[in-house]
Amino acid sequence: MLRVENIVKSFDDFTAVNGAQLTVADGALVAVIGPNGAGKTTLFNLIIGLFKPDRGKITFDDKDITGLPPYEICRRGIARAFQIANIFPRLSVFENVQVAVFAQQRQSRNFLQPAHTLARAETNAILESAGLQHKARHIASALSHGDQRILEIAIALGSQPRLLILDEPTAGMSPEETATTMSLVKQLAQTRGITILFCEHDMDIVFSVAQSIMVMRHGQTIIQGTPEQVRQNRQVQEAYLGGADA
Amino acid sequence: MLKALVEPRWLVATGIILLGLLLIPFGAPLFYIYILSVIFVTALLAMSLNLVLGYGGIYQFHHAVFYGVGAYTVALILTRTSLPWWIALLAGPFVAAATGLIIGWFCVRLTKLYFGMLQISLGSLVWIIVYRWYDVTGGDNGIHDIPMPEWLTTFQGAYYFILAVVVVCVGLMFLLIKSPFGATLQAIRDNPQRCEAIGINVRHHKLIAIVIAAFFGGVAGVLFATLERSVFPGLLFWVLSLEILVMCLLGGWFTFAGPILGAAIVVALRTVASRYTDYWTMVLGIILILLIFFLPEGVMGFIQERVAAKNKAPHPQRVEEGSGS
Repeated sequence: MLRVENIVKSFDDFTAVNGAQLTVADGALVAVIGPNGAGKTTLFNLIIGLFKPDRGKITFDDKDITGLPPYEICRRGIARAFQIANIFPRLSVFENVQVAVFAQQRQSRNFLQPAHTLARAETNAILESAGLQHKARHIASALSHGDQRILEIAIALGSQPRLLILDEPTAGMSPEETATTMSLVKQLAQTRGITILFCEHDMDIVFSVAQSIMVMRHGQTIIQGTPEQVRQNRQVQEAYLGGADA
Repeated sequence: MLKALVEPRWLVATGIILLGLLLIPFGAPLFYIYILSVIFVTALLAMSLNLVLGYGGIYQFHHAVFYGVGAYTVALILTRTSLPWWIALLAGPFVAAATGLIIGWFCVRLTKLYFGMLQISLGSLVWIIVYRWYDVTGGDNGIHDIPMPEWLTTFQGAYYFILAVVVVCVGLMFLLIKSPFGATLQAIRDNPQRCEAIGINVRHHKLIAIVIAAFFGGVAGVLFATLERSVFPGLLFWVLSLEILVMCLLGGWFTFAGPILGAAIVVALRTVASRYTDYWTMVLGIILILLIFFLPEGVMGFIQERVAAKNKAPHPQRVEEGSGS
């Protein structure tokens, strides 16, 4: 479904991503791991078009999407939830998701119909699967940190993505919130058939959830394989056990 | 449809206010009829700015340009051509919108304050052309004695005409804010980067919003020309833009009706203050300073906050009643 080939991205003198490789199969749950500063977030930003790569190629459904603007990549079916809660603070929870549904339905230039009569079913379904339906009328900025992160995922779902990219979905969450979030992620993959690519610090989560794991270090791909293959890999063991920047 | 958009008590309140405004010319002195007309025109101007400022988060610092362009379009057509008056009045908003398209096309490439700086520069360019091009615009003399149909030259005629146009425009702006486009615009205000990531072409939406705001600003300019029957370069000067900005902030830029209130306060203050002092801009400056310190959300925002706090306290479960908004 998604292929990243030899992608390179530098900021001034610093090469954040240096020839990374990634393959995401249709319907899979794929994790990207690596020490801080390995280039995971930059890689995600390259995939969704927030940054333009210096070199390399990204294909989605065998079509080249390298360097397309973010809204164009989103329309092809890739959505991303951000590491920090990246929401619309002054809008209600319902409106936060509804705006994304409008964009997906190409309704955002509809000037004449009242917004609150449109896209209700889609929005409510997403809120329900995210467990936010009883908070639909809350103003987003008033939500707890954990709820804001879940809303963040719900906004991404508003785009009806086929590939959902999650950047550390459980960072800063309490153990209960982490469990809720991960069961939401698994449920999305299983019941909605969404392909999921995520990065995560918690190795227990990664090895229990992911079907395929890609390990990054210094902007490069060390290996991509099943959890078992990754566990056996010597370089990975070095990076994590004896790594200088782990 | 209207019922679903507005709470019934607001609908009733608006109806009563409108009825009152319709009756005013039967009893009030001419001066008050005139001042109210000025307030309507200015309120429309402030609301058109707030469409991009409060709802779009776009720092359109020089909005008066579109007001001036609308007014000058009427003046030029009616004094230099033999076209009928209604064509001139219709042309004003469209020329203003076209100006908005040209200026906006450059400005949407920038964001935040950089947008505002470029917008002031390009707007001032229009101002200087109007100010210096004596052969066409009359330069700093402006254009006076614009011919208007008989019924529009009376204070009452102008009052009703302006009131009708403003009510229609405010209604249209209200529908726009409540439409998916309006919702998207507010999302862009809150978080443009996230909007890009959910498939919204942010620049394009901003440009549309600017053109619409320029259109309504142009309508206000047309109404000014019909009321005063003269135009002058001050209509596109940046000081007026600052005044409109203060109206939005004073009234409450995150509320729909705030700019109307702001416009009424500023016009009333200006009328009173100019009897006693020539330094109106100083009064304006003091208002702005007090505002920033004491009412950052504006008068209407302050009232809304109070009402919300009052409603919330006895009904903590109120927000849980269901979904949608």
